[in-house]
Amino acid sequence: MTEFLQQLVNGVTLGLGYALIALGYTMVYGILRLINFAHGDVYMLGAFFGFYAARLTGAAVEPNPLKAAGILLISMVGCGLVGFLIERFAYKPVRKSSRLAALITAIGVSLLLENGGLLLFGADPKFFPQIVRATNIPLGMGVTISNQQIIILVVSVALMLALRFIVLNTRAGKAMRAVSYSHTAAALMGISVDRIITFTFVLGSMLAAAAGVLVALQNPKIEPYMGIMPGLKAFVAAVLGGIGNIPGAVLGGLVMGIAEVMVVGYLSPTWRDAIAFVLLILILLVRPSGLLGQPPAEKV
Amino acid sequence: MLTVDSLDVYYGAVHALKGVSLRAEAGEVVTLIGANGAGKTTLLRSISGLVPSRLGKVAFEGKDITRMPPHDIVGLGISQSPEGRMVFANLSVVDNLELGAYRRKDRAGIREDYDAVYRLFPRLLERRRQTAGTLSGGEQQMLAMGRALMSRPRLLLLDEPSLGLAPLLVREIFRTILEINRRGVTVLLVEQNAHMALSIAGRGYVLETGTVKLEDQASRLLQNEDVKKAYLGG
Repeated sequence: MTEFLQQLVNGVTLGLGYALIALGYTMVYGILRLINFAHGDVYMLGAFFGFYAARLTGAAVEPNPLKAAGILLISMVGCGLVGFLIERFAYKPVRKSSRLAALITAIGVSLLLENGGLLLFGADPKFFPQIVRATNIPLGMGVTISNQQIIILVVSVALMLALRFIVLNTRAGKAMRAVSYSHTAAALMGISVDRIITFTFVLGSMLAAAAGVLVALQNPKIEPYMGIMPGLKAFVAAVLGGIGNIPGAVLGGLVMGIAEVMVVGYLSPTWRDAIAFVLLILILLVRPSGLLGQPPAEKV
Repeated sequence: MLTVDSLDVYYGAVHALKGVSLRAEAGEVVTLIGANGAGKTTLLRSISGLVPSRLGKVAFEGKDITRMPPHDIVGLGISQSPEGRMVFANLSVVDNLELGAYRRKDRAGIREDYDAVYRLFPRLLERRRQTAGTLSGGEQQMLAMGRALMSRPRLLLLDEPSLGLAPLLVREIFRTILEINRRGVTVLLVEQNAHMALSIAGRGYVLETGTVKLEDQASRLLQNEDVKKAYLGG
């Protein structure tokens, strides 16, 4: 029982990371029907931006919460800018072309970011500094949680609540929902569809950046290819929850994280990555629209 | 108020509009009738900036809007209730209306317009918390029109408001169109129900395979032998 609960705690923390990345996939899909395959690489950039920001602020030598928050913020702003640039210069020019063109562009951007990262940051893994000193806190029944896990938990949930507020209650969020329903109808309301698409990319990229920094707290080894596997898994998480569905992405991420940790703990670590794709195949067989996704509605 | 001057629009290789000219003066109800595929919807879509034109010009209150993006055209005072209604099915009636007022900042004015829309369509008030996708076809049409009014347009483009509605409801919709016009909104109405459309409009245009075949007072078009034969069932 103790082991199971401990795995659950670890799975939830891992899953929240996936969920943050999955949100970006699902939002962009909801608005453009595009799988932004470069999204995992934005997550990688988030970790690197955090890494350099940590060096700059000297947070590695004398960590304090303010610096850590600053690092998170710098990384999010940096990736928001990257998201803006990707959308403006890679996806916007092919907006009117076929969906296949957009998909190939996405793969191209992904390769560009990975190899650009290789060029800029070097191929050797870097170690994300301990911007928060680790301590373990017992939860009772032999289960412990690290303060880093608590930070991941609190920050992820706060960001998700902020996103929820933006989508449900702000003018831009309502416009996002309108655009995701129909670009034509949204344009007829006077909504600048282009601006909302940009906004969505920036928002998604900022969440990926946060995931990059938060995950690096626990797994400090960062390198330019680190975004590929988490990116794919987060994509699966988004599909699992129902792509285009925001709560679905969170649920999918959590299921993915917990499943992965359980498989590693009870079966074998070699299955760590396979489980993601087993889940993908299962959901596509059983419920292709995802756990929370609506099957495409009939037009009345 | 609105002048369309020899507009040419292509859909891929299809020449959808061939030198179409049309005008609407302030306060008018102008109708555009014609068969399926004549180019009526294309014309409304290009006025709203949704489809680019190859040649020709669209001007609104003297301002050239031919190349203007659709969201800015709404800002100028042209709004459209599109073909197929396109209500946001996943949002509530209130949210749909709110999106109609997306460009506006005048809260007091927006509140007045909610009331005005609910007075025009009391059914929407009853159903204001309901998801738009669960409304009946007639209610969705009311919502599409109400939503278009929320931007406080001076020119309202209506694309097939009577499509698929029961005869009684069709009468109600057309009565409402007249009421909207009486409040000072110029209306450009695209319809397949030519008889109804011509009986409420001041002037009418007959569109045939992308060109204007006839243009006259609506009352005269109603008497025109060709129009009778082609669009009014004998």
